[in-house]
Amino acid sequence: MASVFEYAPAPESRAVVDIAPSYGLFIDGEFTEAAGGKVFKTVSPSTEEVLAEVAQASAEDIDRAVKAARKAFGKWSALPGTERAKYLFRIARIIQERSRELAVLETLDNGKPIRETRDTDLPLVAAHFFYYAGWADKLGHAGLGADPRPLGVAGQIIPWNFPLLMLAWKIAPALATGNTVVLKPAETTPLSALFFADICRQAGLPKGVVNIVTGDGGTGAALVSHPDIDKIAFTGSTAVGKAIAREIAGTDKRATLELGGKGANIVFDDAPVDQAVEGIVTGIFFNQGQVCCAGSRLLVQESVHDEVLESLKRRLSTLRVGDPLDKNTDLGAINSAEQLARITALAETGEAEGAERWSPACDLPSSGYWFAPTLFTNVTQAHTIARDEIFGPVLSVLTFRTPEEAVAKANNTQYGLSAGIWTEKGSRILAVAARLRAGVVWANTFNKFDPTSPFGGYKESGYGREGGRHGLEAYLAPSSPEGER
Amino acid sequence: MPTITPAFADVTASDSALRRFLHGLPGVDAVGLEARAGSLGTRSIKTTAKAYAIDLAISMIDLTTLEGADTPGKVRALAAKALRPDPTDRTTPATAAVCVYSDMAETAVAALAGSGVKVASVATAFPAGRASLAVKLADTRDAVAAGADEIDMVIDRGAFLAGHYLKVYEEIRAVKEAAGAARLKVIFETGELSTYDNIRRASWLGMIAGADFIKTSTGKVGVNATPANTLLMLEAVRDFRAQTGVQVGVKPAGGIRTSKDAVKFLVLVNETVGADWLDSHWFRFGASSLLNDLLMQRQKLSTGRYSGPDYVTVD
Repeated sequence: MASVFEYAPAPESRAVVDIAPSYGLFIDGEFTEAAGGKVFKTVSPSTEEVLAEVAQASAEDIDRAVKAARKAFGKWSALPGTERAKYLFRIARIIQERSRELAVLETLDNGKPIRETRDTDLPLVAAHFFYYAGWADKLGHAGLGADPRPLGVAGQIIPWNFPLLMLAWKIAPALATGNTVVLKPAETTPLSALFFADICRQAGLPKGVVNIVTGDGGTGAALVSHPDIDKIAFTGSTAVGKAIAREIAGTDKRATLELGGKGANIVFDDAPVDQAVEGIVTGIFFNQGQVCCAGSRLLVQESVHDEVLESLKRRLSTLRVGDPLDKNTDLGAINSAEQLARITALAETGEAEGAERWSPACDLPSSGYWFAPTLFTNVTQAHTIARDEIFGPVLSVLTFRTPEEAVAKANNTQYGLSAGIWTEKGSRILAVAARLRAGVVWANTFNKFDPTSPFGGYKESGYGREGGRHGLEAYLAPSSPEGER
Repeated sequence: MPTITPAFADVTASDSALRRFLHGLPGVDAVGLEARAGSLGTRSIKTTAKAYAIDLAISMIDLTTLEGADTPGKVRALAAKALRPDPTDRTTPATAAVCVYSDMAETAVAALAGSGVKVASVATAFPAGRASLAVKLADTRDAVAAGADEIDMVIDRGAFLAGHYLKVYEEIRAVKEAAGAARLKVIFETGELSTYDNIRRASWLGMIAGADFIKTSTGKVGVNATPANTLLMLEAVRDFRAQTGVQVGVKPAGGIRTSKDAVKFLVLVNETVGADWLDSHWFRFGASSLLNDLLMQRQKLSTGRYSGPDYVTVD
């Protein structure tokens, strides 16, 4: 008779990655201790195990790193594009060769499932370097004049949700265009950036072209306010983004800011229902919902609300939550205790404001930071959970009656990063997409990324674009007269 | 005629009503469907789970020979294999059925009498289905008279693609009646229907007409069972049961040759329709060479080393 098909544990081996007990700062091609000798610990969010101690960079260290980058800039920017491309291609290939090691490392430090680091993060990281390597000798064809110039030294601050991928989004275009960089990884996920420093050495990248400084918000602030930085590229929270914009106002520094989001995933009554349900799941539960472009608001046409919700709940019941290193895990750990507290508080607000909370039955591990996949129904535009970015596996379900109402509700947010449209009607996709104020609009899919496609936001989701040809503009000064500033 | 689910009486009242119903089913996004099937294909099934899946897969096989060169000797050898897939290990489960042409059904029935292994007979001018209804029904009655427990019929793909859904529906109903107590598997030949929308429509058409099983393919065309088309058919039987309370089985056939493939299909079943279908009464593999690969993997699990093709029987 029918029985139950239980999957045996299928853990990826930790032996492929060798984490040192402590790491210094990567400045001018060498690992060095922080000037003040301060260190902090990075833990594995799924177990709270301490993985390593990492140097805490002070303003003095930032100054050293910026000086190293400035010194390297002259030669690096003078290299022919074909030569810079060779380094980038080399880095891309090393990333591919070391992808299993890097995937395990990223899963350990971030808490996300190995299935995602293996199948999504790492392939995209390599693809990004390959893509911008291809641009390095073709910058005259980027629509920025015949001979666009690099900006100089870029200060880059990246978040903890896709540590290595965000590094790739920042470093690949910066190096391809001839800039040098000082990059600060997030406080809770510094390790993959430090491994990347090793890859730079392995690739023979000239000293000082890439500098990695670890630390907390204070380190980031020191980088932003350093006078010899030409450009700030930041991905993170809207509050910090605003602070950066204020800090650099009135200076020559340029900035691209990729901030928060509250993406609407719009499901029309003629949607391919089974695939839409998959898209809803990918939209909000990919990376535990810790994605700035997450489809955290489901806007479902009222006439199919019950049907879609029933399918969605059935599907959520099959999600496998647990050990991120298990190859069959769909949902891993929340990145930090701080983030878990924020998600927990916002979910409680949702309940307090009268939305109906639901989670599938699932056992959460006893140690580490965990949050069950959660959805809220009976949510309206007036609810906090429909307006504030939760950055966790929490979906708010709202309804609409007409395409006009869907567009109005989707746009009624302080953010403007992403949106999704689900319908079998092509003309509706085009009509609705044109009216959505979101940097990325996905049609009959969600959370799909490609290095050729620009990414960025409207409104409080920030400005500037990363990826594609557009991504070059963030690191180049046009050579045409009107481009001189 | 057998009774049909009353909920669908109005749907089958006319060709246009049936068309409206089938074209009103939710569309299928090909990219999304294939991505979901591909993602489930990355599940890592190890140790105890693998042992369970291999035995389950063996017990779900319709061990098949459908060749012009089939002889009573070949069919008897296949029946012996179905009964005792691995003569060196009697804990190996028997296959679900042996699947043959209707003129070989009698031989198979005799060889399998009293064993619990079913005899499935293809019918209705398999594999093309290009014959009159009278011929198709005669073919079916032949198979039933020979003692077949199950009838694997093909639909008229020409009629389906021409939009004559009611003709296809009525033909399935007529064959179902001729099949009597035998369970009816309805083969769509998904490779010829070509689009996923068509496969979803054919699935509902077959189930409304009384199919006990819906089956992907004959194994005689270029594209046979795939993870995506099987996932789609699993969604159809799931939704049909939710709406009517009637459970229908699924049989992917053709092209499934390795244990790895078979396990991927079982993962699709597990995570789409769940435990209710994890049984040979509700899920089958139409296959021949798959069995020996499953047996070699089974030997590997029990002995810790790979044996090789000389350690499984060739039939």
